[in-house]
Amino acid sequence: MREDRETLMLNFKGVDFFPHGLRLPIVKNRRYFIGISWVLALISLALIMALGLNLGVDFKGGSIIEVRNKTGAVDIAKLRETANAAGVGGIQVQGLREPTDALLRMEMQAGGDAAQEPATNKLIKALGDNFEIRNKEVIGGVVSKELLSSGIWAVVASLVGILIYLWFRFEWQFAVAAVVALIHDVFITCGMFALLRFEFDLTVVAALLTLAGYSVNDTVVVFDRIRENMRKFKKMPLWELIDLSINETLSRTVLTAGTVFLAVLALYIFGTEVIHGFAFAMLFGVVIGTWSSIFVAAPLLMFFGLTREKVTGQSDGATKGGTSKQGAKA
Amino acid sequence: MLHFSRWKTIAILTACLIGVLGAIPSLFDKERVLTWPFPFNKSVTLGLDLQGGAYFLMSIDTNVLKRDWLSDLQQQVLQRTRSANIARAGLGIRDANRVVLTLTKPEDMAVAEKELRALVQPLESAQLSGTSTTNLEVKKDSDTIISIGPTEPGLRERETQGISSSIETVRRRLDPEGTKEMNIVRQGRDRILIQIPGVSDPKLIEGYKEVLKSTAKMTFHVVHPTITADDFKAGRREQGFRVFPSTDRVGGDEVLDERPLIGGDQLSRADPSFDEARQPALAFTFKPAAARVFGKFSSENIGRRFAIVLDGKVLTAPVIRSAIQDGNGQITGNFNVEEVTKLAIQLRSGALPAPLKLEQESTVGASLGADSIRAGKIATLIGAGLVVAFMLFAYGTFGIFSIIAVAINIAMIITFMSWLGASLTLPGIAGILLTIGMAVDANVLIYERIREELRNKSSPISAIEKGFDRAFTTIVDANLTTLIAGIAMFALGSGPIKGFAVTLSLGILTTVFTAFTVSRLLASWWVASHKNVKKIEAPM
Repeated sequence: MREDRETLMLNFKGVDFFPHGLRLPIVKNRRYFIGISWVLALISLALIMALGLNLGVDFKGGSIIEVRNKTGAVDIAKLRETANAAGVGGIQVQGLREPTDALLRMEMQAGGDAAQEPATNKLIKALGDNFEIRNKEVIGGVVSKELLSSGIWAVVASLVGILIYLWFRFEWQFAVAAVVALIHDVFITCGMFALLRFEFDLTVVAALLTLAGYSVNDTVVVFDRIRENMRKFKKMPLWELIDLSINETLSRTVLTAGTVFLAVLALYIFGTEVIHGFAFAMLFGVVIGTWSSIFVAAPLLMFFGLTREKVTGQSDGATKGGTSKQGAKA
Repeated sequence: MLHFSRWKTIAILTACLIGVLGAIPSLFDKERVLTWPFPFNKSVTLGLDLQGGAYFLMSIDTNVLKRDWLSDLQQQVLQRTRSANIARAGLGIRDANRVVLTLTKPEDMAVAEKELRALVQPLESAQLSGTSTTNLEVKKDSDTIISIGPTEPGLRERETQGISSSIETVRRRLDPEGTKEMNIVRQGRDRILIQIPGVSDPKLIEGYKEVLKSTAKMTFHVVHPTITADDFKAGRREQGFRVFPSTDRVGGDEVLDERPLIGGDQLSRADPSFDEARQPALAFTFKPAAARVFGKFSSENIGRRFAIVLDGKVLTAPVIRSAIQDGNGQITGNFNVEEVTKLAIQLRSGALPAPLKLEQESTVGASLGADSIRAGKIATLIGAGLVVAFMLFAYGTFGIFSIIAVAINIAMIITFMSWLGASLTLPGIAGILLTIGMAVDANVLIYERIREELRNKSSPISAIEKGFDRAFTTIVDANLTTLIAGIAMFALGSGPIKGFAVTLSLGILTTVFTAFTVSRLLASWWVASHKNVKKIEAPM
């Protein structure tokens, strides 16, 4: 009996629900898919140009104050009135998930950094003793400019790093295709932020970088398979080979997107205000990143004049271990 | 091959055991953990956003450092030319960059150059590395003009010294007893980062900022006996004297000797007290050398006035009634008790070499921190729960293996963070949650590969072997690219990005490790336990 139970536990079978027989004609229809991506990218560009990103305090300087009404639900309209009567310029007031909480945003004062801190204190004083100050951020003009430039540099540096790494591990065509797909993902996510007017702050930049890592991760899995199949099927035309590779890895791509999506969804639903922008960027980014890995990155290889000789000829000697040899034999 | 040699198995299990045990202290109170034996005396530090606290980023005005250095230098050149009997046609500061000495006679040039060169010193940092970089450089501009000014490395060393002495002063002002766990460090070229955990009371925080607002350089000057400030403004000037503005407490502007009689670093004690009229006052004591100087000065100048100057403004300018030999004094000047207390703290801690400017401030209340922790916990538990359910559903027994691997993975991240002293922030929790999502990816890759091999009619055991083997390069490639993004974030990011980058990068390393040791080891045990079964079926 006991043994039976043990074997049952050990042989507990998972459900293979993915339709593995799927052979989507992706490369054949690449012009449509890449066309869709172009349209999305152009719309994003237009949105960013027309509306601009709603830069957070991190990037443009200013103050944020999160308050909690000690006596009960906060009257946002009244709070707005009080805040704007404090004489420190226009204050944005926004209610939060908890009915007792509210967020106040103050733009950079005309007097510059020196005026910012006293103005923030003046505002707090004007709110009265009824409010508990839960969070207060004051960021000066110099620091915010530095944060913006270091954020941009972090994105650029990671793109270049990824480009170089892929160039070493694959061919330049792969590296360029992956990075183009990556820029596409980051760009469209930014467009989404411009459209929805969500605050674009440091945590969103962190999300974009993670998204870059995640999306290229997906792409690399497909590329790895293309390289492997090139050695395996010597006669197969390139378009068919790319199609086969995308379809073979499709289950993994979709399942992983699913697990990451689930994890980030929990963060989006249960996380606090601070983490909201981050979670949204990741949530949207997983979807767009999966799209680009399947429908954009690999088909792009068709445009870059990739040949089998380049890949198999050079990497046979370069990769060590059994994988390449086994692949070549089969 | 799936087989693990015995020592390899032991090594893997030991690493996992340490990784898991190391995370245990983080479940308990920080205070309690401190008394535990090594390696269990370290728990993960919570970031300010989770435990509440204040964060200030201040920059030091380096122009003031340079200006003070140059005027100091000008004084030294003046003294040296005087004692060497060099006739001066002019002495001044050019472009806020160099002290320029103009000679009357070109014959003096050799002596002047020697005198100026005597001021040049090798850099401390250069002494260590054996190079001969100096702090100052002397240049002959013509037959009669010679100048001396800081070198670029000299300026940087001066800045470094200014920052370190500011950090010490800031520490003495904010935490004189050294009991608060403050973190005060240099950041970048001219910034000081101050982190005060656990403090979110606005009154306390305003008090902290208040004591840092002034450099608190208190100097003692001789008041000009005859020229008043009004005379001076009307054109009655005398070299070496200028008008110092009043602090608007008592009296008006005064004409004072520019060079202080006693400098700003000569107090040995400063305490709040009360004068005869029961008004708040500040009692101070000079250091012995300054006490002697002041004793001599006061005994020779009874009936005349001297001025106490704080940060360039005249605090008070009393008449000397008797010689003061013991170096004790008292300042009264319409203070209230709070002002006197603040001033005493500032003076006791010594002057800041240059004013500090607040660049960024962040205060997180304890209640918000607690909410963030709760939200982080809920999100992580639910996110992890969803992923666990998914893996069980999709991969059965092997799903259990991957869950064990991911659990060890998370414990290892916590352990590493405790040992490295990295703080766990809310974005850091997001990084952990994301790692859960991405760590199973390594397993999904392997298992999907196994399924594929099964579909290609491999035997279950060889399919499992091939799955692990072939997924290896893919997993390394895929994770290394994410690691590149993580490193870029860590190197260039600040604050929230850094906390996230730490957990993400550590997560990638532990993910690759656990996918190829833990998941694989469990799979090999599974295969071994089925050795005797004739026809086995992979649970896929």
